[in-house]
Amino acid sequence: MAKLPLIGEVGRVPEEGLAGLDHNFLTARIEEVVNWSRARSCWPATFGLACCAIEMMAAGGAHYDLARYGMEVFRASPRQADLMIVAGRVSQKMAPVLRQIYDQMAEPKWVISMGVCASSGGMFNNYAIVQGVDQIVPVDVYAPGCPPGPETLMHAIVTLHGLIENGEITRRRDSSEAGGAGIMVEQRDGQTASKMVITK
Amino acid sequence: MTAVEAIGSSLGDDSAVRRRDDSPVLRMSETEAAALGDVPAEHGDTRMLVNMGPQHPSTHGVLRLMLEMEAETVLRSKPVVGYLHTGMEKTGETLTYLQGATNVTRMDYASPLFNELAFSMAVETLLEIDVPERAVWIRMLMSELNRISSHLLFQATNGLDMGAVSAMIYGWRLREDTLRLFEKITGLRMNHNYIRPGGVAADLPDGWRDDLLRLTDALPDKVDEFDTLLTGQPIWRERLQGVGIVNAAECLALGLTGPLLRSTGYDWDLRRDMPYLAYDEVEFDVLVGTYGDCFDRYAIRLNEIRESLHLVRQILDKMPGGDYRIQDKKVTPPPRARIDQSMEALIHHFKIFTEGFKVPEGEAYAAVESPRGELGCYIVSDGGPKPYRLHMRGPSFVNLQVLPHMMANTLLADTVAIISSVDPIMGEVDR
Amino acid sequence: MTDESSDEEEQAEATAPESVHGAPVTSSRGQKVLHPDRDSYVEVVGALRADGYVMCVDVTAVDYLLDPARDLPPGVEPQRFEVVTSLINHAERSRVRIRVQVPDDDPVLPTLFDEYPGTEAMERETYDMFGIVFDGHPDMSRILMPEDWEGHPLRKDYGVGTVPVQFKAPEART
Repeated sequence: MAKLPLIGEVGRVPEEGLAGLDHNFLTARIEEVVNWSRARSCWPATFGLACCAIEMMAAGGAHYDLARYGMEVFRASPRQADLMIVAGRVSQKMAPVLRQIYDQMAEPKWVISMGVCASSGGMFNNYAIVQGVDQIVPVDVYAPGCPPGPETLMHAIVTLHGLIENGEITRRRDSSEAGGAGIMVEQRDGQTASKMVITK
Repeated sequence: MTAVEAIGSSLGDDSAVRRRDDSPVLRMSETEAAALGDVPAEHGDTRMLVNMGPQHPSTHGVLRLMLEMEAETVLRSKPVVGYLHTGMEKTGETLTYLQGATNVTRMDYASPLFNELAFSMAVETLLEIDVPERAVWIRMLMSELNRISSHLLFQATNGLDMGAVSAMIYGWRLREDTLRLFEKITGLRMNHNYIRPGGVAADLPDGWRDDLLRLTDALPDKVDEFDTLLTGQPIWRERLQGVGIVNAAECLALGLTGPLLRSTGYDWDLRRDMPYLAYDEVEFDVLVGTYGDCFDRYAIRLNEIRESLHLVRQILDKMPGGDYRIQDKKVTPPPRARIDQSMEALIHHFKIFTEGFKVPEGEAYAAVESPRGELGCYIVSDGGPKPYRLHMRGPSFVNLQVLPHMMANTLLADTVAIISSVDPIMGEVDR
Repeated sequence: MTDESSDEEEQAEATAPESVHGAPVTSSRGQKVLHPDRDSYVEVVGALRADGYVMCVDVTAVDYLLDPARDLPPGVEPQRFEVVTSLINHAERSRVRIRVQVPDDDPVLPTLFDEYPGTEAMERETYDMFGIVFDGHPDMSRILMPEDWEGHPLRKDYGVGTVPVQFKAPEART
């Protein structure tokens, strides 16, 4: 095994201690450093669906400036994203696609359910809309509003940052099943939202 | 002689869109497409089926395209829609006419006020009532402001799709200015539920004139920045000119409306040609293109912002006084102040908001010129307080059909420019 | 334009009810409505297109299952479904609406694709939502709902699919 280059070889600690080093450093617990960096470069996947997507883009625009949180980089590929902002109503046809995108995201990953349609179906309590995206993917933060203004989205994001900073760094989603409120949509002819979900 | 008559002979040829076989439309179901993957390609057959969307940054939401490609060239394609199907027409049947505007406003979320307007006009046609003059002019004012914000949204997303990211930042910044005004007038940035059957929800707030003047003074210079940034820029022109060409005959055959139709030089705008509200009392130009390409559509939308500003200034001067909603006891709830004094007013208010008002039996269609084309609303009433059938004719839904024809034999990179220039709003496509 | 001369004669002959290209005409809230039967539907639309109705704006349907009463001219038998087509004449700035009765047991109507190719998506939507088949349509498949969906949502015997709203205290997350 090749010998790794070390800063100062073991056993040869300079007599003046660490003061002799010619660069700055900080000491911290690894959890805090990892969580800090994750929270501050949480890249969202573009998952704009409906009205909320417009407000999500507005939040990324000049006036609200998501870049303050290191989050203006909306990634087109789920492989490069940490956060899925489900912005808008999720239809029965979109549900499998949404789950697939979620599965393609690398751990650790988080989900914000933006707006009432994504959170609970909103005013569209009918055959076409999944009554809450939490039936398909586990949701960390729900942002209320129809649509939530950019301020509400930012509040959700800051809340999520709090969750990330206090979270376990080795946390993985324990199962592919969504948590949610445990409400499954029974369709008229036995077509359920879960039936259409592409599972692993 | 109108331009429509003058253009008559120069419409072009629509045989391309009439072909059943050998058409650029890929008529293939998902099952067939999936089965295709198992069949090994014949030797020498270099065609492949590429899926684009529904989760794609340049498909304006959840549009999905099946593209048959030969290397980088698109041969046939099929837009697959329905990923945002919300069942709004079904939900609309369970909501009263007062609640209905809340439902339809969420269809075309870039220009929500037009949905409300079309819906309200259809209901008013059924009721056979005329809204007061001030309500008409407020509706016009809001429509034109909404047209501005919608076209600014187009400039932002179009720029983003083309890789001109600064256009996006400029577009959103300007859009915020109009949204702030919307928020002041209607209480919401989007999905206002402001235009309702019988008038509008509330009168214009104090100081609206100053705010509006500030906007109309500031916007023109800022809109000019798009010209500076984009219009003359060689890369921008190279990217858009000559891409996605469509002629007038094809537009008519496919039912295309709005800037798409006008980009071909076909002079048709419902506001001028079949005036509704008070559009016959104001002056404005209908902008047309020449070549029917993406650049023309970009230029038309940019200039329509200026034209709408011109309209807003006229409306500002001509805004009449009076009531902002019809004083018809059947349709309008009593004023808030009277509810505190009169038991009857309270009951009346309660009944209107719980049961809703009844609309006489019949059917009617009303259409407005939304930023994307003809937005129609067809309502069938059975005499009850809820529509028996509510149908919205979304311009984006029909306009999307042109994609395969525009994309045939273009490069994959141009598909993004073409989708963007059609400016579909998927909420309206799928409803 | 042989149609026009014969049409004028027809109009002169028929005093009431009025008819255009052989289809009875009514007025609904001041809007012109034609009521051709299923067999003459395409023919009437074709004749209207020759008259200058250059664009087909909309194709949709209504399910009159729950409310069979409606305003129809004498001689037109009401059926469960009604396909509603809107055409527009740009030169005369006029619209016309065509309402065709389609029976429940045989929900088939000829397509307008050859007259107006733009009806392709609208007819697919009508098929998807009502199960009305357009004969001769190049791609009669679902457009808005998933391909394997059962039922046609906008039919009146198809429920709205409302789910009772449930509330549940969130479980503690790990």
